[in-house]
Amino acid sequence: MSTQTAALTSAAPAGLGGGGRSGWGAGSIRPVLIILVLLLIAVGIRQPDFYDPPVLLAFLKRAAPLIILAAGQYFVIVAGDFDLSVGSLVTAEVVIAARLIDGDPAATWPVIALLLGFGLLIGLVNGLVTTLLQVPSFITTLGMYLVLVGAVYTWTGGSPRGALSEEFRLFGRRGIDGVPVLGQLPYAVLVLAGVAVLAVLAMRSDFGKVLLAVGDNPRAARVTGARTARVRTIAFLASGVLAAVAAILLGGFGGVSFQVGQGLEFTAITAVVLGGVVLGGGRGSVAGAMLGALTLQTLLTLLNLLGVSGALSSAVQGLIILAAVAVGTLRRRT
Amino acid sequence: MQPDSDQPLLRMRGVGKAFFGVRVLDDVDLDLHPGQVHALVGENGAGKSTLMKIASGVYQPDAGTLELSGKPVTLPDPRAAQAAGIGIIHQEFNLLPERTVAENVFLGREPLRRGLVDRRAMQARTAELLAGIGESAIAPQAKVGRLSVAQQQVVEIVKALALDARVLIMDEPTASLADHEVELLYALVRRLQARGIGILYVSHRLTEVFDLSGRITVLKDGRRVTTLATAEATADTLVRHMVGRELSHYYPDRAAPGSAGAAVLTLSAAGNGRLRPVDLELRSGEVLGVGGLQGSGRSALARAVFGIDGFRTGQLLLDGVAMRVRSPRQAVRAGIAYVTEDRKGEGLALSQSVLDNALLAQRAVTPRWFARNARATTVRELLDAVEVHAAGTEQEIRYLSGGNQQKVILARWLAMKPRVLLFDEPTRGIDVGAKAAIHDLIRRLAADGAAVLMISSELPELIGMSDRIVVMRDGAIAGELPAGSSEEAVMGLATGAATNTEVTA
Repeated sequence: MSTQTAALTSAAPAGLGGGGRSGWGAGSIRPVLIILVLLLIAVGIRQPDFYDPPVLLAFLKRAAPLIILAAGQYFVIVAGDFDLSVGSLVTAEVVIAARLIDGDPAATWPVIALLLGFGLLIGLVNGLVTTLLQVPSFITTLGMYLVLVGAVYTWTGGSPRGALSEEFRLFGRRGIDGVPVLGQLPYAVLVLAGVAVLAVLAMRSDFGKVLLAVGDNPRAARVTGARTARVRTIAFLASGVLAAVAAILLGGFGGVSFQVGQGLEFTAITAVVLGGVVLGGGRGSVAGAMLGALTLQTLLTLLNLLGVSGALSSAVQGLIILAAVAVGTLRRRT
Repeated sequence: MQPDSDQPLLRMRGVGKAFFGVRVLDDVDLDLHPGQVHALVGENGAGKSTLMKIASGVYQPDAGTLELSGKPVTLPDPRAAQAAGIGIIHQEFNLLPERTVAENVFLGREPLRRGLVDRRAMQARTAELLAGIGESAIAPQAKVGRLSVAQQQVVEIVKALALDARVLIMDEPTASLADHEVELLYALVRRLQARGIGILYVSHRLTEVFDLSGRITVLKDGRRVTTLATAEATADTLVRHMVGRELSHYYPDRAAPGSAGAAVLTLSAAGNGRLRPVDLELRSGEVLGVGGLQGSGRSALARAVFGIDGFRTGQLLLDGVAMRVRSPRQAVRAGIAYVTEDRKGEGLALSQSVLDNALLAQRAVTPRWFARNARATTVRELLDAVEVHAAGTEQEIRYLSGGNQQKVILARWLAMKPRVLLFDEPTRGIDVGAKAAIHDLIRRLAADGAAVLMISSELPELIGMSDRIVVMRDGAIAGELPAGSSEEAVMGLATGAATNTEVTA
């Protein structure tokens, strides 16, 4: 149309800063990275052997379920929704696994398949109720949380029954032995790496970009041709199946109890927010969400090393949520 | 019938108002006398609503004075205006549907008895007010949500009267009324008039203006063009006052007469809740302008074609094949694109980058797993071709000017290679330079064989761009005009003056 082909590169700078995803604005991962580095240094000072590969890998293994849950929660939050049902879903998955396997190694793989399917099913119900019946996701998943808690109690008659097989616990407990330098490479860390790669690829795909647009402005996304209901439902499916994966790992290194998943939904949301993801959708990266989870786990480790009681760590989480959201809002305003 | 006493109830002198340096109202005078219906008319954007908002305390004027019954007043907020006796009836009512009529009328200042709300007094007083304007059919204890729209309007009026309003501002009062209810409103306005209330009547519809008002003030581009007695005015003179202006912008050449191709989009008796059955043909290579006033169904037409609020009745044919468009997605797949008038609310994902916004339609409708870089390259070229000025394609789109944002939306749709393009107010809120660029683009698209439908409230744009103009009124097509028709002709059809000329002259 004219000679001005260099319009995009030669135009005057907007001079507004703070907007780019690599900067300091809401949605960027730089703040969480800095916090993480500071915390890691602090932990290293307190526990000098922390950076020995085996110790570090053990730490990553412990952090894996939360990071995986945070990745799942990210998909839902960035689309503008919440998933409060993941904590009780984790509990339900572990309790179901114990009862169905009941110590029988042969049942391990079928039950794992079933657990993943159950996670997907819960995600599907959450998604359809939220999008088709237009129930706010906060309420949908709160309802699902209560349904799962009640159903698990009823089904088990008040206390978990059965036992997990050793094969099932493998994923949470063991790893590949004899790896040079690292010693044992935990399966949990491998699973985590797999989830992380898939999550990042998903967010780089067309689906991921549309998911962000839906969270940012659902009306615009719809008028541009996006199937917003479907996209949001897929986010819930991701959250459900990743909760199942986290439950498989947690069942491995924890015991079977009704407390396994307690409060995990809030821990995951805290992690996602800490990672710079904006509640309400449209901003933030899945890498940030997972780094947020890692940071939170590091912080809890540090508090533990400093002898702060576990009870107080919940207060710390609360403060993080408040601070992160407040700071995020301020950053967005300026 | 129009007792003009010497002392005006409301006198505005030299009123001006600017927003961000843009002058929207300049040196406007207006006198409203007791018992007078004073009509305020003008095109969209002429400054009617700004003037109304100044009179009702929503905006503060930058210049000029207001007097009430001869005393200068300032109205720092709407409450002050209410206290001073100025009531306003908006198009959208401010009523609580789950409360009773009496509760709505006395909302926030309920009469008390021993610290509790005195329901009986409240209802008695409401009944009295209703009877006073001859509307005793409405029960004070009825829930507002159960009332008809016309009755709700009466409640709004009573609400204002309960505050001893002497000046009543009515903004397009018939916009939400059915035909038979309009007569009832007329009667009510005349009763209010008889009680000495001054009514500032804002309306697009010239028929009403002639039926009700005693004086008419015409605004154009923020200035008062004239004030005249209704008896001396005709629809033609009024329309000429409303639109007469010098051309300040050049438009690209129109298509050569008869060069339009085959019909791409055909509507036959297509209608829905907001549109009466519409017949329309949109041909390849032409720009079809759609004129009309706000709320006349222009946007509803585009949105129905695009599947946002689809047609319920009649047929939509694309290349002669009947199809049902139930969602924007289907429309996009069928080769239709829609550039919305609500860019921020409906067009853009503001927190995403320029590139992400430009790619959104392709990603949403034709997702791909591979060769995505090639697609991004194509879109970058398109962004260059439409001359988007940004710090880079990764910049968040919120920081771009309105004109550049609009160009990004255009690039987004061009990447889909649409055959039908629907533009709703394509240059609203866009600076002059970008406006010309967008006009050129629209014309080039048509020249390349696209079928373009362009809605515009700006008459020079509508006339300057269109090969054909259809004008809508009340959800139906009021008439069709050839290229280069006069602004008067368009406004005449849009306001209904063209069909009423003999009656009112």
